Amino acid sequence: MKKFFAQCYIWLLLVVLYAPIVFIGIFSFTGSKVLGNWTGFSTKLYTNLFTGDMQGTGSLMSAIENTIIIALIAASVATLLGTVAAIGIHNMRGRGKQAISFLNSIPILNPDIITGVSLFLLFVFLHISQGYVTVVLAHITLCTPYVVLNVLPRLTQMNPNIYEAALDLGATPFQALKKVLLPMLKPGMISGFILAFTMSLDDFAITFFTRGTVGLDTLSTYIYTDARKGGLTPELRPLITLMFVGVLVLLIVINIRAMRNAKNNAQ
Amino acid sequence: MENKEYIIELNNISKSFGDKVILDDVSIKVKKGEFVTILGPSGCGKTTLLRLLAGFGQADKGEIKINGKDYTDIPPHERPVNTVFQRYALFPHLDVYENIAFGLKLQKVPAPEIDKCVRRVLKMVSMTDYEDRDVESLSGGQQQRVAIARAIANQPKVLLLDEPLAALDLKMRKDMQIELKEMHKKLGITFIYVTHDQEEALTLSDTIIVMNEGKIQQIGTPTDIYNEPQNSFVADFIGESNILNGTMIKDKLVEFVGHEFECIDEGFGENAPVDVVVRPEDIYIVRNLESAQFTATVKSCTFKGVHYEMYVDTDKGYELMIQDYNAFAPEQEVGLIIRPADIQVMHKERTCNTFEGEIVDETHVKFLDETFESLPLEGFKEGEKVQVQVDFSKVDLIDHVEDGMLEGDVHFIIYKGDHYHLTILTDEGYHIWVDTTDIWDKGDLVGINIAPADIKIVKCNEHND
Amino acid sequence: MSIMTKRSTWALPYAIFLLLFVALPLIIIILYAFQDSSGNFTFGNFVKFFTDADAIGTFALSLEVAIENTIICILLGYPAAWILANRKLNRSTITVVLFIMPMWINALMRTLATAELFHMLGIQLGKGTLLVGMVYDYLPFMIYPIYNILNKMDKSYAEAASDLGATPWQVFWKVQVPLSMPGVVSGIMMVFMPTVSTFAISEFLTNNKIKLFGTIIQENINSSMWNYGAALSLVMLIIIGITSLLQDNKKEVNGVV
Repeated sequence: MKKFFAQCYIWLLLVVLYAPIVFIGIFSFTGSKVLGNWTGFSTKLYTNLFTGDMQGTGSLMSAIENTIIIALIAASVATLLGTVAAIGIHNMRGRGKQAISFLNSIPILNPDIITGVSLFLLFVFLHISQGYVTVVLAHITLCTPYVVLNVLPRLTQMNPNIYEAALDLGATPFQALKKVLLPMLKPGMISGFILAFTMSLDDFAITFFTRGTVGLDTLSTYIYTDARKGGLTPELRPLITLMFVGVLVLLIVINIRAMRNAKNNAQ
Repeated sequence: MENKEYIIELNNISKSFGDKVILDDVSIKVKKGEFVTILGPSGCGKTTLLRLLAGFGQADKGEIKINGKDYTDIPPHERPVNTVFQRYALFPHLDVYENIAFGLKLQKVPAPEIDKCVRRVLKMVSMTDYEDRDVESLSGGQQQRVAIARAIANQPKVLLLDEPLAALDLKMRKDMQIELKEMHKKLGITFIYVTHDQEEALTLSDTIIVMNEGKIQQIGTPTDIYNEPQNSFVADFIGESNILNGTMIKDKLVEFVGHEFECIDEGFGENAPVDVVVRPEDIYIVRNLESAQFTATVKSCTFKGVHYEMYVDTDKGYELMIQDYNAFAPEQEVGLIIRPADIQVMHKERTCNTFEGEIVDETHVKFLDETFESLPLEGFKEGEKVQVQVDFSKVDLIDHVEDGMLEGDVHFIIYKGDHYHLTILTDEGYHIWVDTTDIWDKGDLVGINIAPADIKIVKCNEHND
Repeated sequence: MSIMTKRSTWALPYAIFLLLFVALPLIIIILYAFQDSSGNFTFGNFVKFFTDADAIGTFALSLEVAIENTIICILLGYPAAWILANRKLNRSTITVVLFIMPMWINALMRTLATAELFHMLGIQLGKGTLLVGMVYDYLPFMIYPIYNILNKMDKSYAEAASDLGATPWQVFWKVQVPLSMPGVVSGIMMVFMPTVSTFAISEFLTNNKIKLFGTIIQENINSSMWNYGAALSLVMLIIIGITSLLQDNKKEVNGVV
């Protein structure tokens, strides 16, 4: 009986939580310009989205492209910078380590708007004209702490003798790094990269403040401008639906794999 | 060319981390092909010593020679030694074969030769057919075998083993001990083995080096170390023992537990305070009181598998541990006999606490970084350097740490038959030795007080720096 | 050891990067906040803020909305997290994934979907929809940390408590709730901080009827009132700073690692 009520509560909450997205999903399969107005089943919005055939002359497409490219660059640079930094931080002691760990936590703790405003003022202060480059730099600032926080635990959990064992067996410090340390950090680097990538994809405030006036749009800023113009571009409906389904499938796959691994390890 | 027969020479090695002295002027020579064990409690510096030998870290002072060549400043990957780590340190991203081939591949050994070598060492550690296994799927014992195989695949001149069996269960440990000993014979190379397990050390080694607090306590064969411990630490650490305060009355006559005994030791002088060690199996316990040297009452008797372990109270109030094949019931009056050859007499390292101090004023003296009240002093100037002596039994230990002049923790305990001899390590890093009948445990936090009347101040003539 | 300690220099590039892109920008905010538009030192920006009834009102409203949102999220989220982490009540990981998933989706998109739903249902956009929309957006961020800590919690604590005579209700209140406090605290951080600083979300959910503090900062920065904008940002930074101090103290008080 307790279980029944518990399950009811959980599913009720989920139904309410997912109502908007289900609603968007349903109305992505109709051609109507106005949301909530069902004009019969159609995949027109999906074909429009993929062929770029819509009003706004492909600016949505270029926003999507910008979003992905910026996220890829930011996440890659963040992974490289963050991994090297994590190795350094792991071998630091005392005040220096505290200071750098503190600075590293600021972009995570700070609300995006503060990070955005502060970087905006930095670029103003340094007379750097804002655009693609400043957005990428800002995203690297946002993303790297997450990589550091993903790689660092792998270093602390690692048996320190493993690195020494490589040296002991005749590896130079560089060989030990390449053949032992990096392969062992790889899972942390990968999860750091994924986190950095999604952080960058999701970001709105930081892009908003650092993109300058060159008309650079990412998906977030596009949606923001679009929504403020009143009325959502209908093609965003299939896009939102696809992203939801994509992330859902990805998460379920990851979870099932994790569960399977756990089972294998248990055997 | 000096002394080619020593494969390893450590000369006057010292090492500190911060204020803490880990190794204090340690010198060791190891002969080629020997199985040498460095034995000591945790924190005695044994692992640090091994790491210096492997090249993980640098000594503050001293010299490391391997095969007659100076290796003091050579990085680990250029040293002809390989290490078996305590927690195996196998590379988790490589399989068994790749782990073992790791060092050989770095040396650019041709593949067929690597293949042959990997198979050979796997056979040696009885792990044939495990080449393709994921190292994390192996049991602890199997991982340790792979770790050993990996280290010997590189054909080192010296194999360093850092508590390699510590993580295994008892049965596995016993089996591996035998295998290690055989492997040592087969390989013919030098093994330097670090452990805190005295039984392991006695079983495996040609030579044992006993260490404590960064210093070598004794070097010798297992039988030497067991039968003739050079100080109370070694006696207490190796095997079970009764350690007692005694007085060397004259050559071959020693007094302890309130009785005089013949012994075989000479050259201590007359009426010299000494420590006496008697192994529990060396005390003969008899029913016939007449023929005994002294008498005692059995307090407890526990069966230990092969022998019985008994605690007895002697006629003069000392408690002794005795091991015998016969059981004696509690409350029974028994006679005890100790043969001269079984009495090990040792110099006392100290007979009272001695500190360097400085006179503050007529009723205060400063030592151990703290100003103590003393009885009125005469004939001393303010600021004069003095020697402060405090009897072991006059140091007062209290539970309530805040109420003590000094704070410290119980570092080491020796039971001396009728009292405990404690080594206290103060928070400032000083040692204080205390005799007490109170029961403390190792690691207990204590407050330390010394009454004014118990502080003895002696002029020091030579200037100590 | 010496080989490893040399590796500490590897942190240098990132240290410089952090100084340039994290420390310096914050210093510049402080600098701008205490300057007028011609670069002279002044408290004027703060005086302006504290004497402007509208700005103070917005500030108070932002705090109010953030606190209300956080409380609603705890009230709804704690039971949900508790059920999800309880093997007897829930064995499916799919429900867990469903609760966590929204965290991975662009917040603007989610907000937009919510706003559109209100719109279609003919609900008047205002403070009510703002709160509901915020709860929609941030509930997963409250559930996740609490679920995490409850899920990892050693079952033997509860067993020890009932062994010592605690009723299930007492086990819950005296053992599980106190032990899960660190999760609640980080949930509060993850919900309160973004809500108090939000700007785009509030615009969507109220059709620009209600302004929150973040919106004011954004408007000032966008209309080149940098000094005033910096001062407002500094005010928000102080709020954030106070909130994070709360978290550290909480941890020490509870003594939970």
